[in-house]
Amino acid sequence: MDSKQITDAMFEKILSPKDPQGNDLAFISPEAKKQYQDNVTRFKNTIEFKKTDRVPVTVFPSMFPLAHAGITVQEAMYDYDKCVSACRKFVLEFQPDCQFGAAAPGPGKFYEILDYKLYAWPGHGVEADHSYQCLESEYMKPEEYDLLITDPSFYFRNFYLPRVFGAMGGFQMLPPLTGTLEMYGLAYNYIPYGLPPVQQTFKALFDAGAEALKWAGAMGAFDGEMAASGYPNILGGFTKAPFDTIGDTLRGTRGIMLDMFRRPEKLIQALEAMTPIMINMGISAARQTGNPLIFIPLHKGADGFLSDEQFKKFYWPTLKQVILGLIEAGCIPFPVAEGGYNTRLEVIKDLPAGRTLWMFDQTDIIKAKEILKDRICILGNVPSAMLQLGTVEDVKDYVKKLIDNVGKGGGFILSNGAFFDKAKAENVKAMVDFTKEYGVY
Amino acid sequence: MRQKLIQAIVDMKEAEALALVNEMLNNGIKAMDVLSAVKEAMDIVGKKYEEGSFFLPELILAGEILNQISQLVKTNMRDAVKTDRHGKVLIGTVKGDIHDIGKDIVTFMLDVNGFDVMDLGVDVAPEKFIQAIKDFQPKVVGLSGFLTLAFDAMKDLIAEIDKAGLRDKVKIMIGGGQMDEQVKEYTGADAYGKDAMSAVRFAKSWIGG
Ligand code: B12
Repeated sequence: MDSKQITDAMFEKILSPKDPQGNDLAFISPEAKKQYQDNVTRFKNTIEFKKTDRVPVTVFPSMFPLAHAGITVQEAMYDYDKCVSACRKFVLEFQPDCQFGAAAPGPGKFYEILDYKLYAWPGHGVEADHSYQCLESEYMKPEEYDLLITDPSFYFRNFYLPRVFGAMGGFQMLPPLTGTLEMYGLAYNYIPYGLPPVQQTFKALFDAGAEALKWAGAMGAFDGEMAASGYPNILGGFTKAPFDTIGDTLRGTRGIMLDMFRRPEKLIQALEAMTPIMINMGISAARQTGNPLIFIPLHKGADGFLSDEQFKKFYWPTLKQVILGLIEAGCIPFPVAEGGYNTRLEVIKDLPAGRTLWMFDQTDIIKAKEILKDRICILGNVPSAMLQLGTVEDVKDYVKKLIDNVGKGGGFILSNGAFFDKAKAENVKAMVDFTKEYGVY
Repeated sequence: MRQKLIQAIVDMKEAEALALVNEMLNNGIKAMDVLSAVKEAMDIVGKKYEEGSFFLPELILAGEILNQISQLVKTNMRDAVKTDRHGKVLIGTVKGDIHDIGKDIVTFMLDVNGFDVMDLGVDVAPEKFIQAIKDFQPKVVGLSGFLTLAFDAMKDLIAEIDKAGLRDKVKIMIGGGQMDEQVKEYTGADAYGKDAMSAVRFAKSWIGG
């Protein structure tokens, strides 16, 4: 099978979904089944620039469904049923063509068991009704590049993880797994597993794993229920641009930007070392979920962050490899160009036609369409501020402008531009309903 | 040597710039004179950022070079080149939001452009802003916020400033991630700026300099 056939085969399977027992999913009605299949097909055809009945519409929020249902982020993080009810209300009320699951708040107890230090979350440094927030720091030291480059997994386990999880201190004592070679001397490698700190770490991991499983059960059941009601979730997994992997939570913004001057060769080597890992992260998630769409939130290559030259030298080469590697395996990379990407459009436009989906926020999306033409499907971009502060008329005008200018000829999915926490419900409703009405081809 | 130092900083040659500073100090050149050269270099860095030939990495490195030079000459630019401070700007990330990169860059740019900046940090409660307006008496207040939750935090803060009878004493600018003109209207601020240079432009237009 070539890569496109793999994608097609994945969609074939999505079109006849199974329940957890492996039987055909029981749709709540024949209409729900038809709606589900139409929604999946409309999405796929749009991404591939084939004819469809209308412009697809989706909503990709952050914490909005929780506030909208009157619960706090904290409640959703600690009570999975509440989280699921809020997301159910969100999907059934706004009726997007595709939905993106209930996983955004995440399992609070799981983070507690592992003593997660990378983020502040409700009850742990931010207020109950606020989104979690990242605590920026140099979690990887500048002199550790060689360790990361030589063996990223060893570096993560023995250095990075113990810094961001209080409960993973025991990992610092473990030898590399690659020391296990032959019978002679074998047991020496396993002595640390007998030591209390290591055993404590594993104990915490078992508990965390049990909690994660419980949470994943709730998430999976939600997706199944939504599918049965006609709302597919085709999100298959997540990966990152190697520059963001290192720049967000390893070296941090300051760290990576200083490294561009102080140790550019090391940085590039590290980006290259992370590239196959980022590709595999997306592919293995897609294999597990059976869904092709791989979410890639793009951070530090946006307008204003880097010059053209810096973007082409440090950011794009490895991101491009990640995108191509995913396509090769039949996935549909879904880069989310956070911030503005106006100055990057000429660089990204040469990606294989009809194989990716790009979400834009503050990019001039009409100009993006002119440049990306019939190669790259665009998703976006009703602004957060408009959803929260604007009127229904503002939203309709904006949607109309998008459909008239970007929707022409297909390859466009209407949605919000950024992952929002707050909005007027009537504005979200207008965004979806008006697209369904006005977006008919 | 002064010209060489300026050039080294503008060319982002960190090691060379630091070596030159050491050499200048060894040759008996006064801290103040070193810093006035550094200040000139920072002005150029700021201009290049404004023109769009420099981006975040250059600003971050320039800030780092400035810190290191301040340590070498054992005094900071603010004290040494005090004379041409244009006026006071108070800045902080609003309550509930703990992001500081954007705010720090704005602070840096205001500082190198000759403003006397007081930075209150992140997750700053309205009471703290109000106290600082009373004590520090800035002409301009800059509010930074990364998340949409900051819309309401900014609106509430500005209402509090108004209630405290201080609203007409200060001009208020907002910025950060998801802000825009519509948010400016909503919060009752005087201006929205999309980057650190616009913060400098507003401060200049309100204070002069
Ligand atoms: C990098 C990033 C992250 C990193 C942050 C840590 C790190 N080490 O970098 C990571 C990956 C951890 C992350 C996590 C999340 N993020 Co994030 N992230 C971003 C991103 C891409 C860039 C932010 C940044 O670093 N900016 C750099 C600084 C320099 O820019 P700035 O703060 O805007 O400041 C500039 C200007 O705005 C201006 N300015 C700033 N202050 C002021 C003040 C005044 C007075 C003036 C005039 C100007 C001014 O000057 C500065 C320099 O030019 C933004 C999208 C974007 N492009 O803005 C999303 C974004 C902020 N994240 C978002 C989200 C949803 C999240 C998560 C919740 C995602 C999740 N589910 O996990 C989490 C948690 C929240 C959090 N941020 O902690 C959303 C927030 C939407 C919302 N609801 O408010 C955004 C907008 C992305 C999006 N398109 O939806 N994120």
